[in-house]
Amino acid sequence: MLGKLDWSAIPFDQPIPLVAGAVVLVAILGVLIWVVVKGHLPYLWSEWITSVDHKRIGVMYILLASVMLLRGGSDAIMMRIQQAVAYQSQGYLPPEHYNQIFSAHGTIMIFFVAMPFVIGLMNLIVPLQLGVRDVAFPTLNSVGFWLTATGALLVNLSLVVGEFARTGWLAFPPLSELSYSPGVGVDYYAWSLQISGVGTLVAGINLVTTVLKLRTKGMNYLRMPMFCWTTLASNLLIVAAFPILTATLAMLLLDRYLGFHFFTNEAGGNVMMFMNLIWAWGHPEVYILVLPAFGIFSEVVSTFSGKGLFGYRSMVLATMAICVISFMVWLHHFFTMGAGPDVNAIFGIASMIIAVPTGVKIYNWLFTMYGGRIRFATPMLWAVGFMVTFIVGGLTGVLLAVPPADFMLHNSMFLVAHFHNVIIGGVLFGAFAGFEYWFPKAFGFRLDERWGKLAFWFTFLGFFITFIPLYIAGMLGMTRRMQHYDVAAWRPWMIVAAIGMAVLTIGVICQIVQLVVSIRNRESLRDRTGDPWDGRSLEWATSSPPPVFNFAFNPDVRGEDAYWDMKVHAQQQSLERDRPEYQDIEMPRNSPTGFVCAFFATVMGFALIWHIWWMVILGGIGAFATFVVFAWRDHDEYVIPAQEVAAIDRINLEERRSLVSMAGPV
Amino acid sequence: MAMTATAGHAHADPHHIGLVIEHPGPASKRIVTAYGFWVFLLSDIVMFSCFFAAYAVLSGQTAGGPKGSEIFEQRNVAIETVCLLLSSFTCGMASIAADVRNRFWFYLGMGVTCLLGLIFLTIEFREFADLVARGYGPSRSAFLTAFFSLVGCHGLHVSAGVLWLLTMMAQVFAKGFRADVLRRMMCFALFWHALDIVWVGVFSVVYLLGSAA
Ligand code: HEM
Ligand SMILES: [Cu+2]
Repeated sequence: MLGKLDWSAIPFDQPIPLVAGAVVLVAILGVLIWVVVKGHLPYLWSEWITSVDHKRIGVMYILLASVMLLRGGSDAIMMRIQQAVAYQSQGYLPPEHYNQIFSAHGTIMIFFVAMPFVIGLMNLIVPLQLGVRDVAFPTLNSVGFWLTATGALLVNLSLVVGEFARTGWLAFPPLSELSYSPGVGVDYYAWSLQISGVGTLVAGINLVTTVLKLRTKGMNYLRMPMFCWTTLASNLLIVAAFPILTATLAMLLLDRYLGFHFFTNEAGGNVMMFMNLIWAWGHPEVYILVLPAFGIFSEVVSTFSGKGLFGYRSMVLATMAICVISFMVWLHHFFTMGAGPDVNAIFGIASMIIAVPTGVKIYNWLFTMYGGRIRFATPMLWAVGFMVTFIVGGLTGVLLAVPPADFMLHNSMFLVAHFHNVIIGGVLFGAFAGFEYWFPKAFGFRLDERWGKLAFWFTFLGFFITFIPLYIAGMLGMTRRMQHYDVAAWRPWMIVAAIGMAVLTIGVICQIVQLVVSIRNRESLRDRTGDPWDGRSLEWATSSPPPVFNFAFNPDVRGEDAYWDMKVHAQQQSLERDRPEYQDIEMPRNSPTGFVCAFFATVMGFALIWHIWWMVILGGIGAFATFVVFAWRDHDEYVIPAQEVAAIDRINLEERRSLVSMAGPV
Repeated sequence: MAMTATAGHAHADPHHIGLVIEHPGPASKRIVTAYGFWVFLLSDIVMFSCFFAAYAVLSGQTAGGPKGSEIFEQRNVAIETVCLLLSSFTCGMASIAADVRNRFWFYLGMGVTCLLGLIFLTIEFREFADLVARGYGPSRSAFLTAFFSLVGCHGLHVSAGVLWLLTMMAQVFAKGFRADVLRRMMCFALFWHALDIVWVGVFSVVYLLGSAA
């Protein structure tokens, strides 16, 4: 009846996950009860859960990422403490638990923190920068978000029901095959990634179509803000790479569930095929994450330098070059697995070539700052911090791309330091910069600068104190993923790294405090102009938070830095802005499709993990029925009448007028 | 789509000297939908390529089991191919019928497409069942694993297509040729034709090359 599921699935003998799970459960229940008792449920349902507004969906993505960041972060703290104390002893985490933690940590950080964070920011901002009302497929957008949430839910469920994979974040076979991992851990891993992967693909298709087909009038390709370009590149990579992940995990699942022989040791299976497939997805994946961050830095650097982006065209070229080259270097992840010197040399050189467009970008940012009027607001701090950090990470990457060096450093702590260097210093710093930069746009008030700066400095310093020791430990020969060790020389570095982790944690806490303080003081931090940073692109042309329809008219773009131009022109024309006729606006109607779909996907995923076949069928039928019901509805749009549009827009215009007159003549 | 060349704006954009092709603004819903669906199809084809690649890697790994030439039946494959190619034609007829709002020819075209699809699936299913009965199931060898997965993945797509097709017929029956129904129909047709193209790949790589070897 319940497949493999019985009481033994609950880890009564392991206090840590049980207590953690209980705390989370109590927290969730508490929030739910509070929501119901306070009567917020109808509001949540109609304004958020069923919303198809790209801004709301973006905010929900970021919320999901932030919550998962805390979960993944606790895993990280546990691992650092373990390695600090596990010198010539077992530490406090038993091996099988430690293995689950590092697997869950990597999986969560990549798929449920970094991905939703950047996708959330892209969702929130790109339609605004393009001057359009919504993404190409609003309901699908909501489906994509909720499927991502399903994946996150399943991973967290594994904490208390069953176990998680012990195979690392990429589940290499044959370790992940049934004969070596007979439990449900790998199944949890694979199904949650399959489901959230569908969500990611959907988001990718949506954003590619949005950028290519929905741009407002006059928004030629070479007038798009840099963030739109990197969004395009990143989502093209999603569309091209995520199907590879889907296929690879499907093969692994077929091996596990039906006795197929894709990657098994026996009957002719081929493990190297897994390596090739997973890295053909995996290397582009790191650029899927970092390209949007590059876009954010471009926007931030140019805004806070008060200058247009230096070398805009070379920036576009560099972005697209990275997009293409990132598909040609995957093999550098297994130099040591016997491909031979020729292949290694070719892929080594190809990998180093990526450093060229990346370098171009760094120089462009520096030249943008050069001679500009720089303001060191929090987003700018993150951007500058990123440049320093990322140079180190990129250089160590180039070092790893030298095959002989990689033979020494592969799978060592040095590698761990490299990729954290680029992913934290690149993606996460970018996410934070974007968060600080666009928060006033999303909510209409700024974040507290003092706490924001504190958060930056603690995170920045904490980052270096944590990861420089790991580089050193790697060069001293320490391999990654050790549950305990006996080499005295490594120990001090592990202790320093643990201290660094504590500093980093303070940074995260500062950021939470910043949010709380800012919400408390939101009246004094209120920004009525919609343009708190003196921005350059179209998202600043509308009010904060923007109305559902974003823009009362489709903006007409005349050049790069569309909104900057408008401001300059408005001043020259002494504020005479013609007011064209307002028109009715059609907007897509809310829909519970995404939420319901994700509900059935959760049921199905859970049932598949535990081999509860009747429930699988039920979930499948439910999902199909949801789509049919969705396809059957008669009214998928509603109309906002012209007077209402006019009334909303008038307020925005007044605020803007006062802004321009305050700024004085050019 | 009308592109207007305006020299008047050119001075505002320092990079452009002379004519600028102004982007005309958001595309129509029909174009956006079709475009998005194309992008999806491309990603689906990437997924198929992975299974093709796996087949190419594993096709020699018979682990003492049968080789392709010992188990493929040319006659069946020929019938399957004919069915699928014909169904693409009838699907095209149905699309045209939908465009000119002719219910009779629409139902007829879709009905025949459905029938051909089902014949295809039946033959494929019997081929699979027969192989399994002879002990040549997918767990026999890596070659059979790759074969069943690649062909089965295509078969699954066809099954999903049939389900979608029936839903489309029901939609036209209940809603008529509404704009959103027509857009969906266009996507369905793209999907069905794409499956045809994938089948040509399967047919050549698996059956033709496999029998020749
Ligand atoms: C200058 C460009 C870069 C080069 C040349 C480079 C090179 C490399 C090489 C050769 C490896 C494999 C090392 C080994 O397994 O021994 C590696 C691993 C890795 N890199 Fe990079 N990298 C670059 C940039 C990036 C960026 C931008 C990111 C992320 C945003 C990134 C994320 C990773 C990750 C996650 C791994 C580890 C994967 C694992 O084994 O779990 N790299 N890099
Ligand atoms: Cu790589």
